[in-house]
Amino acid sequence: MIGLEQYLSLAAGLFVIGIFGLFLNRKNIIILLMSIELMLLSVNINLVAFSHFLNDLVGQVFTMFVLTVAAAEAAIGLAILVSFFRNRGSIAVEDVNVMKG
Amino acid sequence: MSVADFAFYAFGFIILVSGLMTVASKNPVHSVLWLIATFLGATGLFVLLGAEFLAMLLMIVYVGAVAVLFLFVVMMLDVDFATLKGGLAEYLPIGLLIGVILLMELGMIFGVWQFADGAEAARAAITPNIGEIHNTAALGQIIFDDYILIFQLSGLILLVAMIGAIVLTMRHRPNIKRQNVVAQMHRDPAKAMELKDIKPGQGL
Repeated sequence: MIGLEQYLSLAAGLFVIGIFGLFLNRKNIIILLMSIELMLLSVNINLVAFSHFLNDLVGQVFTMFVLTVAAAEAAIGLAILVSFFRNRGSIAVEDVNVMKG
Repeated sequence: MSVADFAFYAFGFIILVSGLMTVASKNPVHSVLWLIATFLGATGLFVLLGAEFLAMLLMIVYVGAVAVLFLFVVMMLDVDFATLKGGLAEYLPIGLLIGVILLMELGMIFGVWQFADGAEAARAAITPNIGEIHNTAALGQIIFDDYILIFQLSGLILLVAMIGAIVLTMRHRPNIKRQNVVAQMHRDPAKAMELKDIKPGQGL
């Protein structure tokens, strides 16, 4: 019988994969964005699993809002990436130092 | 093992393997394709959990829009991805270390947690029986009754994201010809054309 624990373990594994991807692809912003998407997806799995096992629909409502924010974040991130590539001719994270931050 | 259990393990295997391949692939195009596979696995999980509306939303929004957006950007930017792969051996140990520590921390709570006594009473919207009302209709009633403000605000976020993405990526290039509709509509035949009376045998 599959319970809440199995779903939470799966989501934890996916979250750790996302964090691992952040470290593995330190230079490539596109894959960094994909790793963030993976982490948001694992959060969504958590929310829906709790919603199912507690019989509370609010979890699914908030999953929808997380999806919305994730989609907006991906669109803005990729737009910044495109305009950055036009200006600098590269998407390496090390080159993002115009503001000396 | 029932069919639902088997489906859970199958989808979980798909999610974990394709998630790992997303971050480990050499080619970013392959990464995007593995990301799509991850989302498809999550769609299956959502169906298993009875969240059909969210499953279809994930399919349409993520597989149909976000992943295709990634694919466009990866394919249209002329980036030398081989140079971006350097320094892998440098970051791999600390990445593995942090991943293992995080997994151990999350594993410590495995099996020793329980719902609070008031958890059942604290539910905000109890899921109605699936025989009475569908998942989509029940979700719609909650969103449009109790969460209408947040729903509108999330629409506003999408609007701001859309305008922001357009503003960031639009550029006016000076060397290309564009159609000027107003100038076209205000053209006057009398000014645009000149008639010359040329005498026979003379030419211009």
